[in-house]
Parts: sequence; structure tokens; C-alpha cells
Amino acid sequence: MTTDAMALERGYMPGMRVYNLKLGMWVFLLSEVMFFTGLIGSYIILRFAHPTQFAEPGVVLNVPLTAFNTFVLICSSVTMVKAYAAIATGDQKGLKIWLLATIALGTFFVGIQVFEYIALAQHGFVPMASAYAAEGGALYGSTFYTMTGFHGTHVTIGVLCLWFVLWRAWKGAYSADSLGGVEIVGLYWHFVDLVWIILFTIVYLI
Amino acid sequence: MSTAEAAIGDRTAAHEHVDHDIPFIRKYVFSTDHKTIAKQFMFMSLFFLVVGGLLAMMMRWQLGYPSQPMPGGAILPETMAPGGILLPEFYNSLVTMHGTIMIFFAIMPLLVGFFGNLLIPLQVGAPDMAFPRLNMASFWLAFPAGLLMLASFLVEGGAAGAGWTSYAPLSASGEYTGVYLGQQLWLVSLTILGFSSLAGAVNYITTVINWRAPGMTWFRLPLATWSLFITSILILLAIPILAGALIMLLFDQTIGTTFFLPAGGGEPLLWQHLFWFFGHPEVYILILPAMGIASDLIANGARKPIFGYHAMVLAIIGIAFLGWIVWGHHMFQSGMNPMLGTTFMVSTMFIAVPSAIKTFNWLGTLWGGDIHFTTPVLHGLAFVSMFIIGGLSGIFMASTPVDIYIHDTYFIVAHIHYVLFGGSLFAIFGGITFWFPKLFGTIMNERWGKIHWVLTMIFYNLVFFPMHSIGLQGHMRRLYDPTQYEYLEPLQPMNVFITISAFLLIAVQLIFVVNFFHSIWKGKKAGPNPWNANSLEWTVPSPPPHGNFATVPVVYRGPYEYSSPESDEDFLLQTTPPRDQQQPEPHATPAPEGA
Repeated sequence: MTTDAMALERGYMPGMRVYNLKLGMWVFLLSEVMFFTGLIGSYIILRFAHPTQFAEPGVVLNVPLTAFNTFVLICSSVTMVKAYAAIATGDQKGLKIWLLATIALGTFFVGIQVFEYIALAQHGFVPMASAYAAEGGALYGSTFYTMTGFHGTHVTIGVLCLWFVLWRAWKGAYSADSLGGVEIVGLYWHFVDLVWIILFTIVYLI
Repeated sequence: MSTAEAAIGDRTAAHEHVDHDIPFIRKYVFSTDHKTIAKQFMFMSLFFLVVGGLLAMMMRWQLGYPSQPMPGGAILPETMAPGGILLPEFYNSLVTMHGTIMIFFAIMPLLVGFFGNLLIPLQVGAPDMAFPRLNMASFWLAFPAGLLMLASFLVEGGAAGAGWTSYAPLSASGEYTGVYLGQQLWLVSLTILGFSSLAGAVNYITTVINWRAPGMTWFRLPLATWSLFITSILILLAIPILAGALIMLLFDQTIGTTFFLPAGGGEPLLWQHLFWFFGHPEVYILILPAMGIASDLIANGARKPIFGYHAMVLAIIGIAFLGWIVWGHHMFQSGMNPMLGTTFMVSTMFIAVPSAIKTFNWLGTLWGGDIHFTTPVLHGLAFVSMFIIGGLSGIFMASTPVDIYIHDTYFIVAHIHYVLFGGSLFAIFGGITFWFPKLFGTIMNERWGKIHWVLTMIFYNLVFFPMHSIGLQGHMRRLYDPTQYEYLEPLQPMNVFITISAFLLIAVQLIFVVNFFHSIWKGKKAGPNPWNANSLEWTVPSPPPHGNFATVPVVYRGPYEYSSPESDEDFLLQTTPPRDQQQPEPHATPAPEGA
């Protein structure tokens, strides 16, 4: 009965040794992985089945611009880590500054994406089969806008969550002992960043 | 570690809330209490169960008495049934919506939303779910999604008519079915429901992993909780695939993308792959919790420990894992490399192994037991026997050569209903009867429960067993009018027989409804443990108070220690301390050795 005695001392049995919110975020991100797996898998299947529907890399899409945008998003992950590192040492001012930097970079990323969409649409690269006029075929537009659009939506939601965390940081809700909110929004942010690196590779580069 | 302690601090704070502190709307409508949310899910899904049943009755009328005016059909508008005669287009909507409503809005929320919410915190020893507000959101997403689904009957063109599987390109363009908005509402409704299921799954998984009571090790969890935990993992990973596919199909319908439309270069088969990659795990989402519930009922009825507890757990995990690599068996007729088809056939056959392990363990549990034939146990026995029939007919369609002959016939309809009605629904009836005290503090009437069980068992078999036969004779599934084919004419008397049996089947469900509501208000008051069961929910009052446990329960053993020599009674609560460390405790039985 020694295990029971230990359990008694410990109280409840947190099977993963992490707090609920963090565990819940990890579990949620697993489902996000499956969501993007579904989209990316469909893209791969459609592209292999209909290679003529897809233009060569760089012909339609603006790779240098998006490469720069990718760099921006990676930088935002760095600032997110800096925000977490700041509050881990109790640095309230650093937390707010780095959160603001992350929000700025994330917003910039979405802005560039909107700019890119407008430019592409003006060249006849649209998701609608009826109006498609660029190189490749309608499937190219369908898959491109669906995948990057869902990623952009995730970044936008992330930015909104960051505003919420910033608002709470302003009210002094976080400290070195209590930084769950910063940590889980960081997890989400890194996940969205990681998905973009995969999307950028398979949609723009390959 | 500090955060974990903080979480425990929150939990004790939850105890300090007393019921009467909470205003009405927070207590009954926007409640965060898992037991209230469980009740909300139960009433919602029982309502949809009735709706789905009535849709089926309309289909049965048309099949038994093709193109004759349906009694009461005059209340339906001209666009559905002019003069009470069902239109073929409306029949397509009935087929689609019966499947959709029963699977997504009746059985799934009953098993996962209702039993998951009710049982998981009680059985692991937690005061509530890990994320109570997310839990509330889960219900308040599911309910509007259901209303949206029902509303689609009222829009122009009627409800979705492309089958519950919504195969593209039939579903991808309104030109083929005449249904535009109805199909789009179907897609939006299921997407919203997907968010609800995800919120639930995140909650259940976190609760089981992190909020088990002291001493509640993984292998002391009741099988109902184990199966709900594994089911939650399936939901977590399968639903996003469906959501992605639904959204792509919605884009095809609305903004003119071409994912599934061959005219624009799309792939209709891609929809089938995405749908069944979700759909086969979904099948196990609909049966695994029923297996867990039946295990609890049967062990309780046999007054014996469940036979092979570890094997039962591993079989649940095995079935869940195999569920991911068998989706192609739904597509044997869709055009597939025969080598790939064989792979899917073999992987499907493997599922017979964990399923048989479970079946023989149920039989082993019953073997030599002092079986108390209470209503829940009878439903548990019905589950096992009907699941065997449904499982065996599944092997027929798992083999490609046989499937070529029987696919899209009533044999398939018989199979799915043997698993979903005979399996899941009997377990649900049994589970509701068994845990009724934990919902309303009373016991359901045993005599009427047994009468309901006997009649349901008889009429259920009279409805669905003949479907095997007419299916093998070539009666197509989703067929509007069987009399339009000469070779089906000899089967028409059987169709009439099935239809009459189906009417009787739904009529006897009234017994359950009356018993249910009568027992809420007039039922016998239940003590904490009316069934002499062992798991944690039976250590607290019926119904459990807000926060469930007055003090953190301490668990000493597994949940199936029936007829243990350690106890003078034939049950042994998980919280009863072992004899060698007995302290003065309310539940403790006196130690005769005095050691």
C-alpha cells in the first residue's frame, strides 16, 4: 500500500505533471495538427493527381515576399519566447513590450497576406473555378486560398488572444509563479508558426 | 508543481459554492456543473432520438405502402408530401436526416455528451470537469447546431438529400439534388457540432489525465470511463478531418471551388477518403462508450469482478487503434487498387480479435455469476447479444468478394442497426436506468423497465432481422419504391411486416418515456448506492451535490471487486480502506480477525 500512501501525500494524481490549462492546450493542438493534416493531405493528393492544374513554383506566387513574411512570423515566435522569459523572471515591463512586439509582427504578417491576396486576385488567381484566369487551374486557387486562408485565420485568432493576454498583463495578472496564460498562448503561437513553415514549403517552394 | 497545487486549491474552493447561491439561469440554463450539462445533453439527444425515430417511421410507411397517403401526412406541406404521399425528393431528405440526426444528434451526444459528462468526473473522483465553462460552451454549440439541422427542413429545396455520408459530387452541387441551402445548412450545422465535440473531448481527456482522485491509478478506472477516454481521443483526432472536409465541400457549394467536382478538376473520391477517415473512427465513437457502459452493467449484475479487466482495456485501445487503418472497407466499390482493398480487408478482419476478446470477457464475467436480472443488466445482456449479431454481419462486408454482392443493400442497413440500435441504444437505455439515481435521486420503475425491455427486444429484432434476408435478395438501401422492380415484388409482404413491427417498436418506446418522467417525480427515492456497486459515484448522495465529493475520495482498489472475500457484503467500494489499515471510517466493515 505504499503507492496509496504516496498518492495520499500528493493529493490528486496529475497524470502528466502539467497544469490543466497547459495540458488542455496540448490536447487541442493535437486536433489542430489533424485539421491541417487533412488540408495538406488533400492538397498533396490533388496535386499528384492533377499536376497540370498547378503552376511551377514562383510563376504565380510571389515567393520572395512570402519568404520575407515567413521570416517575420519566425521573428514573432522569438519575441513570444522573450515575453515568456521576461515574466518567468518577474519582469512585467519586458512582458508587455515583447507581447506588443509579437502582436505587431503577427498583424504585419496578416497584413502582408491580405496584400498578397489582393495582388493575386488582380492577376486572375482566385478560388472560383468560374473566374479563374491565371496559370495552372482552378484547383490551384481552391487549395491555395483554403490552406493559407485557414492559416491566416489562425494567426488572426492568435493576435486576438495576444491582445487579451496583453490586457491581462496590463492589469498585472501574471507573475513568475502564475504565467499560465502567457505560456499557453505561446504554445498556440509557436504551433501556428510551425504550420506556416510547412505550408510555405509545400505550397510556395515545392 | 505549484500550479498543480493551485489547481487543487481551486477545487476545494468549488466545494464552498452551495447550490442555493447560484441564480436560476446559471444553475439550469448556462450551468457549468457537469451533472446539469449532462442532463441538458440527455434531454436534447432524447428529443432528437424521437425526431429521428419519426423520420424513420415515415420511411417505413413509404416502403410498406408505397405511394399511398400516409396517415397524418396531410399536415406536411405540398413540397414534402402532396396529399400525404411522400415525394421521392422528400424521401431522400428523410434518409439523409434520419442518419444524420441519429448519429450526430442522438447517439453521439447521448454516449459522449451525456454519459461522458455525467460519469467521468464522478468516476475519477473529481468535483467537476477540468474546464467547466468550456463544457458549457460544448452544449451551447451542440444545441443550436441541432436546431439549424432541423431548420433545414423548412428552407427552399428542403433538407439535405445526399445521404448521411454526403458523397460528392452529389452533395457538391445543388444541380444534382435540387437541394441548395439545405445541404449548406447541413454542412454548417455539422461544423458547429464538430467544435462542440472538440470542446468536450479536450475536457474529458484533461479531466481523466489530471483530475483522478488519490489512488485512482489508470487500471482502477471503471471501464465506462476508460472507454469514454479512448473515445475522446478518437473524437479529438477524427473530427478535425471531418471539419476540413465539410468546409471544403461548403466552399464547393458556395464560393465555387472545385475540390470534389470533377468538372473543375476535383476528385470526388477524395471526399470519400476524408469522410471515412473520420467516419470509421466515428463508428467506434458510437460503440466504444456503449461497450464500457455494458461492462459496468454486466459486472454489477453478475456480482463478479469483470473478467480480464486489463484485456478489456487493451481491447478498447486495440479497437480504437485499428479504427484508423480500416476506412477503405467502406469504399470497396468505389474503385480501388485490389492490393489496397485486400490490405483494408485484412486490417478490418483484425478488429474481430479485440471485439471477440471483449465478448468472451463479458461471457466470462457472467459465467457462474449470481446474476441479478435487473433492467440495466437485461439491457447489458441485450447489448452483448445484439452486438454479436451486428459484429458477425460486419465480417460479411469486411470481405471484399461478399461486399461486392451485399453493398448498398438492406443487409448493410440491418448491420448498422444491429450495432447502433441493438448495441449502442440498448446500452444507453441500460445506462440511463442504472445511473438514473445519480441524475434525479430516484429509481426507475423496475417492472415497467422490464416490460419495455422485453417488448423493445422483440420488436427490434422483428424489424431488423428480416432486413438481412431482403438485403441478400437484392433489396437496395435508400430505395424509394420497392414495387418499381419486378424482382422485389415477392419481398413486399416482408416490407409490410417490417413496417408494422417498426410502428410497434416506436409505440413501445412510450413505455420508457412515461416511466422516465413518472420516475423523476414519483419514483422511489434512492440511497447513495441502490445497485450495490463499487465505483466512486456510488459513494456520494443521489443526486450528487454541487462539487460532488464532500472530501477528496481516496481509492484503494479497482471498481469491480464484487463478492470479494475482503468484504462481508457482495460488493466492496473503491473507497473502503483495506482491512490491514482500517481506521474508524463510515464505510468501513468491521475486521473480524481484529488484526
